[in-house]
Amino acid sequence: MSTVTTEAVQKTVTDALVSFGAEESEITKDTELTTLDIDSLDLAEMSQIVDDEYGVSLKSADVTTIKTVGDIIELVVSKA
Amino acid sequence: MSPKPATPATRPDDGCALVTGASKGIGAACAQALAAGGWSVGVHYGNDADGAQATVEAITEAGGRAFAVSGDVADPDSADAIFGALEAELGPVLALVNNAGITDDGLAMQLSDEAFDRVLAVNLSGAFRLTRRALGPMVRKRYGRVVNVASIVGLRANAGQANYAASKAGLIGMTKTIAAEVARRGVTVNAVAPGFIATDMTADIPAEQLGAIPARRPGTPEDVAACVAFLASDAAAYVTGTTLTVDGGLSA
Repeated sequence: MSTVTTEAVQKTVTDALVSFGAEESEITKDTELTTLDIDSLDLAEMSQIVDDEYGVSLKSADVTTIKTVGDIIELVVSKA
Repeated sequence: MSPKPATPATRPDDGCALVTGASKGIGAACAQALAAGGWSVGVHYGNDADGAQATVEAITEAGGRAFAVSGDVADPDSADAIFGALEAELGPVLALVNNAGITDDGLAMQLSDEAFDRVLAVNLSGAFRLTRRALGPMVRKRYGRVVNVASIVGLRANAGQANYAASKAGLIGMTKTIAAEVARRGVTVNAVAPGFIATDMTADIPAEQLGAIPARRPGTPEDVAACVAFLASDAAAYVTGTTLTVDGGLSA
């Protein structure tokens, strides 16, 4: 299990978003996921990734509150 | 809309296939057909360990790779146990054939809650939980094949099988929706709908009913397995959300 720092989670989340087709240059903590064309399937896969990397289980209810890239990072760090 | 990454056109090398209910009948034939197509195969069984072992041996003797794994698919904990065992032995499951199924027939007026619920639990809920467990790794690999073994009874009437018909119609509906959810990750979800196939499950069907089949013969497990193997192949990459009827023209 990786050490859970905000920086590590930020990298995991950014890498995942890029793999979903987002432009890396457009990704900041304040970027809204809709701007990046990230949808519910992408977030479901993101949940798999953070579960594998950090053992953090995101529920559907958690995911529905997410609006920005920073929201994902904060949620994962708070649950790790 | 930004372009999404391309999905791999061919099956990754490290994956395996899982066929539930593969100790005999259609499941055993599917396991052998997938092995012949180059898949390492998890041969799942409920109770028939000898049957599963025979399937494994048939695959091994033909030069393939197979591993038997047991579990009650109606048990909510079984999906993790089955997948865990298989991932350790053969690698990630990239093809899932939900074949395990039971019947418990009776006219609806006389069908017990237990008979109804048990058939739904095995045939539909079990398939759902296995599919849910399979999708994560498939989505991450950008490659996956799910094939649900439904039945023409899910498409047209068969008196005495309200529970079985509900489970198989449910599988067909589930197939379409999950297919739409994961299509852009290179994961396809399809169903086959066999008609009268000569197996233990259909052994009690009166011979005169076979006269209604335009092909003038019952199907074989291999007839179904060939279609399942196609849907699990790279060639079927653009086929998703559909139900392939395999019934000798019975429902045509």
